[in-house]
Amino acid sequence: MDGDRIRGGRLDQCGYAVAFSDAHPALTPTQARVEAERCYYCYDAPCIEACPTGIDIPGFIARIADGNLRGSAETILRSNIFGGSCARVCPTEILCEQACVRTAQENKPVVIGALQRHATDWQMRTGSQPFRRAPTTGRRVAVVGAGPAGLACAHRLAMHGHEVVVFEAKAKGGGLNEYGIAAYKLPDEFAQRELEFILGVGGIEVRHGQKLGEQVTLAALRAEYDAVFLGVGQGAVRALSLPAAGASAAGDAASLAGVLDAVDFIRALRQAEDKATVPVGDRVVVIGGGNTAVDAAMQAKRLGAAEVTIAYRRGPEHMSATGFEQDWARTSNIRIRYWSVPIALHGADGTVTGIEFETAGGARELEPADMVLKAVGQLFDPEPFGEILAISGGRIAVDSEGRTSLPMVYAGGDCTAGNDLTVVAVAEGRDAAEAIHRALTNAPATLPADATTAAPRPVRGMEKMANG
Amino acid sequence: MADLRCDVGGIRAPNPFWLASAPPTDKEYNVRRALEAGWGGVVWKTLGEDPPVVNVSSRYGAVSHNGQRMAGFNNIELITDRPLATNIAEIKRIKRDFPDRAIVVSLMVPCVEESWRAILPIVEDTGCDGIELNFGCPHGMSERNMGSAVGQVPEYVEMVTRWCKQNTRMPVIVKLTPNITNILHPARAAWKGGADAVSLINTIQSVVAVDLDAMTPLPSVDGQGTHGGYCGPAVKPIALRMLGDIARDPTMRGLPISGMGGVSSWRDAAEFIAMGASGVQVCTAAMHHGFRIVSEMIDGLNNWMDAKGYADIASFRGLANRNYVQWGDLNLNFHTIAHIDQDLCISCGKCHVACEDTSHQSIAKLPGRRYEVIDEECVGCNLCAHVCPVDDCITMVPQPATQERMVWRQHPNHPENAAVVAPEAAI
Ligand SMILES: Cc1cc2nc3c(=O)[nH]c(=O)nc-3n(C[C@H](O)[C@H](O)[C@H](O)COP(=O)(O)OP(=O)(O)OC[C@H]3O[C@@H](n4cnc5c(N)ncnc54)[C@H](O)[C@@H]3O)c2cc1C
Ligand SMILES: Cc1cc2nc3c(=O)[nH]c(=O)nc-3n(C[C@H](O)[C@H](O)[C@H](O)COP(=O)(O)O)c2cc1C
Ligand code: SF4
Ligand code: SF4
Ligand code: SF4
Repeated sequence: MDGDRIRGGRLDQCGYAVAFSDAHPALTPTQARVEAERCYYCYDAPCIEACPTGIDIPGFIARIADGNLRGSAETILRSNIFGGSCARVCPTEILCEQACVRTAQENKPVVIGALQRHATDWQMRTGSQPFRRAPTTGRRVAVVGAGPAGLACAHRLAMHGHEVVVFEAKAKGGGLNEYGIAAYKLPDEFAQRELEFILGVGGIEVRHGQKLGEQVTLAALRAEYDAVFLGVGQGAVRALSLPAAGASAAGDAASLAGVLDAVDFIRALRQAEDKATVPVGDRVVVIGGGNTAVDAAMQAKRLGAAEVTIAYRRGPEHMSATGFEQDWARTSNIRIRYWSVPIALHGADGTVTGIEFETAGGARELEPADMVLKAVGQLFDPEPFGEILAISGGRIAVDSEGRTSLPMVYAGGDCTAGNDLTVVAVAEGRDAAEAIHRALTNAPATLPADATTAAPRPVRGMEKMANG
Repeated sequence: MADLRCDVGGIRAPNPFWLASAPPTDKEYNVRRALEAGWGGVVWKTLGEDPPVVNVSSRYGAVSHNGQRMAGFNNIELITDRPLATNIAEIKRIKRDFPDRAIVVSLMVPCVEESWRAILPIVEDTGCDGIELNFGCPHGMSERNMGSAVGQVPEYVEMVTRWCKQNTRMPVIVKLTPNITNILHPARAAWKGGADAVSLINTIQSVVAVDLDAMTPLPSVDGQGTHGGYCGPAVKPIALRMLGDIARDPTMRGLPISGMGGVSSWRDAAEFIAMGASGVQVCTAAMHHGFRIVSEMIDGLNNWMDAKGYADIASFRGLANRNYVQWGDLNLNFHTIAHIDQDLCISCGKCHVACEDTSHQSIAKLPGRRYEVIDEECVGCNLCAHVCPVDDCITMVPQPATQERMVWRQHPNHPENAAVVAPEAAI
């Protein structure tokens, strides 16, 4: 058994650069104009309803067609301050672009995501801020977690003039934008650049290395601040306990070398300065059927793995990865085996050698593997909150305003029920900020008219998705 | 295979697509390429007296609309800037090499008989098929009392036309300017002066755009701009109207018309002919796409004529003009109603908001983004059918006649009818 089946340096530097560059390059100005002109500027546009943050899509697209990129970017960012990353990571094929009337007409939606990127890139290139803060209110709010939910909340609170302190466990902000999203969706340090842009509004202090339950407690935050927002995401992963089988597999399958959680694999890859240092196997099997499974498989392939297989226990229609992502995986030469329930891990000398599946007909099949990535779902870890906060369906229980069971404590994003998407986290963080603002000031639900230099538009709220 | 031959005032060509007097017909090199590509004829770029005019650098402006480049086109060029003798020699060679094509020479000289009498024999000597009097150029030449400065005064039009008819055996086409309130006046003057045909429209006075950085009208010549002449697809409706007015005028019955202004396809040409033209001229479309577009024009017209059973140009010439009437002759009891094909509808809501905000509130928005016409409210304005982005999704359905045909003169609201009714009502 040769020991370095799992290794880095499979490609030359140029190969890594290509593999992890922007998966979908930016539109040229001409492409953007031609595409913007495809938009019909619908009345009561279905795409707006399909965007969890309710961006005025025909409005921002018409501004691109008009050559008013500043107005376009502001239209987007007013509803979604993460408009730049959402433009890159949103599964538009199940959101705005699915609802676009051109999908019904000719199965060719206006490429809303790419246009959104065109406008927000312009804004970030200028290095200027589209919004001004309202005069300070003297109110202070603690936000826990510097992910999309926490920062969207912090930004909106800051715009309303409140002082915000963000408590973040990790050394970098951005949440899964920094640690989880596939590298080729957010290349070139985009998460950090966007973070800087968001913090540029002022009034937000981020304190790193501050983990709730360790360095800080909820009780202390409640005592010191006027309100608390929890945007801690889902720290834990669902366990997949498989027995070990095979020749010299001693005891615990979990301790076999080469068996990893997909999110850990991705995190290491995202943080690696030099992708050549990230080890990957020759034959990689990813267990799971979600976008994390697809992302892990795609990135293993890009690191130079010879064969990558996604094994899912049910059929294609049950996979939570979108059809677009599944197709993308297949065209990247990734095999997807359906109806494959993992039964046991096989190993030799403490290293994984394969994984055994039960197929639809009940037959057992052994899939050779020198690396197994588990992507069977993230979980919310209620540990630091369990005692004091009501939990529902394994996550923090909130009402339609984002309120938890504790007064003036709000929550949103992946730590609450609903779709685990960046854009949903942003909407929930933003809406919770509006709710907090209302509670603190009895103010109206919309931004003050003088928040920007342009004419004000109402901010579309969003009903909280499926509450637990 | 339909017979595409055309005859405009005795000038014959193998097909009705001629290049208008403009840069495409500026010199032998272009014209040769054009005729080789299949154009039925050319009207040579307008000749004038020596010394030739000079042109400025930066000459064209254009309107792009929603991705459509050159939807409208504007120029500040003058007539030919080459010596008369050069042009004459080239025209002679062209006519010799392309005897079957219509070679017409456009002319513009000062409004004195001497000038015309001098140039006509020189032109006649080329063997060309006819002349076109440029009474249309709206810029540069008009300030020198030529071009549209003549075309706007019917008496001058008639006078110069007569001089030409008296001094040459060649057929004379009079090219009309649209920069005039009533196109019938100069057209009738040309007819009276003995013109063999009229051609229209020349370009429309225009300022095509403004450069908001430099704060100059476009096109800009060293930071300044001037008005130019507008043409291209945007002006077609204006041309069709003027053409239709002349073709239906009883005092000019039989006057052949060479139509132009925005002709870009066989369909445009067919529309001009149906409105009464004997042939068409093209400039902007050739400048936009090159000479080869004539093959699509010929092919398209031919196939359409075959499909419709029109054997030759004369078989459909003027057919639409018969139905081109005054507003007062329209039937006020005709009613048409919008109908939405729900299977085609993509729920964009454009018909609803257009009707709701700017028409008659006749398209209801129902739950599930279903849009339905409220038949009783619909006035049949067609707006929704125009805004709907889906082909054939909204159709206008003529309603069965419930009342006799009635025109405005017969309507009770007509002032003269009201005048009769009112006193009786007062009794
Ligand atoms: C591998 C992967 C790929 C994904 N790809 C996509 C995609 O392509 N498109 C898409 O829309 N969505 C994607 N998602 C989902 C998306 O990333 C999340 O829905 C989104 O990031 C949720 O935002 P959040 O702010 O709620 O949580 P997070 O982004 O998880 O942020 C939570 C933050 O809180 C911090 N934190 C946690 N616990 C504590 C604590 N106790 N004290 C202090 N700080 C704490 C964390 O360090 C983190 O910074 C993906 C998720 C994964 C795992
Ligand atoms: C349906 C319609 C009706 C119009 N009616 C009038 C009118 O009653 N009085 C008037 O002065 N102009 C009228 N106009 C002309 C417009 O005021 C305007 O001058 C013209 O449409 C040019 O502007 P536009 O290119 O933006 O359409 C009308 C235009 C349209 C489209
Ligand atoms: S649905 Fe499509 S066409 Fe309509 S406004 Fe939205 S992006 Fe434009
Ligand atoms: S035809 Fe005119 S009035 Fe009728 S529904 Fe359409 S827009 Fe409305
Ligand atoms: S404009 Fe056409 S496609 Fe759009 S809602 Fe109306 S009928 Fe449907």
